[in-house]
Amino acid sequence: MSLSREVSPSSEPPKRINVGRRVFLGLAALGAAGVAFGGSVQNFIGNALGSGLGGLLPGGDHFRIYSITGTYPDISRENYRLKVSGLVHDARTFTIDDLEAMPKTAFVKNFQCVTGWKVPDVHWEGVQLSHILKVVGVKKGAVALTFESYDREDSESLTLDQAHLPDVIVAYRMLGAPVTTEHGGPVRLYVAPMFGYKSLKWLSAITVVDDVAPGFWEQNGYPVNGWLDGTVGPKNPDPELT
Amino acid sequence: MTLTQATSETVRLLRFDRVQRSAHWVNAALFGVLMTTAIPLYFGSFFGLVWPRHLIAQIHLWTGVALPIPIIVSLLGPWGASMRRDVRRINMWTRQEMRWMKTLGEAPIDADKFNPGQKLNAIFIGASIAIMLATGSMLQWFRFFPVPWREGATFVHDVMAFAIFVVVFGHIVMALTHRGALRSIFTGWVSESWAATHAPAWLKEEKLKTGETD
Repeated sequence: MSLSREVSPSSEPPKRINVGRRVFLGLAALGAAGVAFGGSVQNFIGNALGSGLGGLLPGGDHFRIYSITGTYPDISRENYRLKVSGLVHDARTFTIDDLEAMPKTAFVKNFQCVTGWKVPDVHWEGVQLSHILKVVGVKKGAVALTFESYDREDSESLTLDQAHLPDVIVAYRMLGAPVTTEHGGPVRLYVAPMFGYKSLKWLSAITVVDDVAPGFWEQNGYPVNGWLDGTVGPKNPDPELT
Repeated sequence: MTLTQATSETVRLLRFDRVQRSAHWVNAALFGVLMTTAIPLYFGSFFGLVWPRHLIAQIHLWTGVALPIPIIVSLLGPWGASMRRDVRRINMWTRQEMRWMKTLGEAPIDADKFNPGQKLNAIFIGASIAIMLATGSMLQWFRFFPVPWREGATFVHDVMAFAIFVVVFGHIVMALTHRGALRSIFTGWVSESWAATHAPAWLKEEKLKTGETD
């Protein structure tokens, strides 16, 4: 026993431990746990610190700005027009003043992207889509709406039933200020019960039609009905979804 | 005694062969592109009117896909003997090295070819490549993953990116303040006197290998 201790330690190579594997697997396990629970951790951080400070953290929530065309259409408040036509009794073109004169709807709801990021507690203001439809008067035989964007690329669709949900709005204010250009301003769609791609930016025209026409993202493989719970039928599965 | 005198600036040892240097610099270039493109993608709101956003995202995506290639190619080919040897060396730590790391360099050490800090840097970068590749794939090909996982993958990708910026910054600072080591990743060579100071255990090993004795 004591003899073995007498052996000079330099005569045999020191025992080695595979630290590399430990650290690698440890980090991988942390990463997997983060994937499994990171969303709730992030929400907790965001809630605990408030969105202001939370937004500064690397894991904090904020918008990731997407644009199909690579640029943002720059439309001034004065030049903005929303054209509503198709199967309606009274095709109209609205200015922002017109929209603001309509009954205002305001609420605080999450913005959830289909790719996984979420901005909690976004303040939205605008007019319910159902109200605009009431103003123009939907004709018999109408089934769906198509939406066009000032970017000339994006398009969206909603069924008439979906368009009448109370938290589907034509938004002119967001995050407590007029909707900025990168967020789709001056006027955008906000479809609260569905993933973000349904909330078309730079809204230029609404057409009432007799069939659902898949929009830009739908033509690129996204579900036409992008409910937040992942169901893809036309009907809202859970009225309390958002 | 004469051999002790041979410990001079003129005697050189090969620290990184051509394959290792290429792997390092290709890997560094890929990291550079990924980190540069990550900034406008992450701070999208601040970079408002960056016109080629889509292009930047595509560059980020495909650079990310290519990220493991230099390491895999340099490890697996018949040319990868020293790469494989050094990976083993980086993975296997003595108790002394673990103590040195735990005391942040206070404990004495008979330094290997790489000190524990350098080893940890390499292990972290290796792990980060795997994690970023996995979570990045979940963000890109999100259709195959449930929404809570995508949220988690976004979270991990963001936090890990932050850690990578810190570690890479530290790596560059250490490189710029340690010229001998920095030179070896360009030329491959270190002087024997550098090795005697910074990597005595490795120097002894190399000498045993070439039949020299102290």
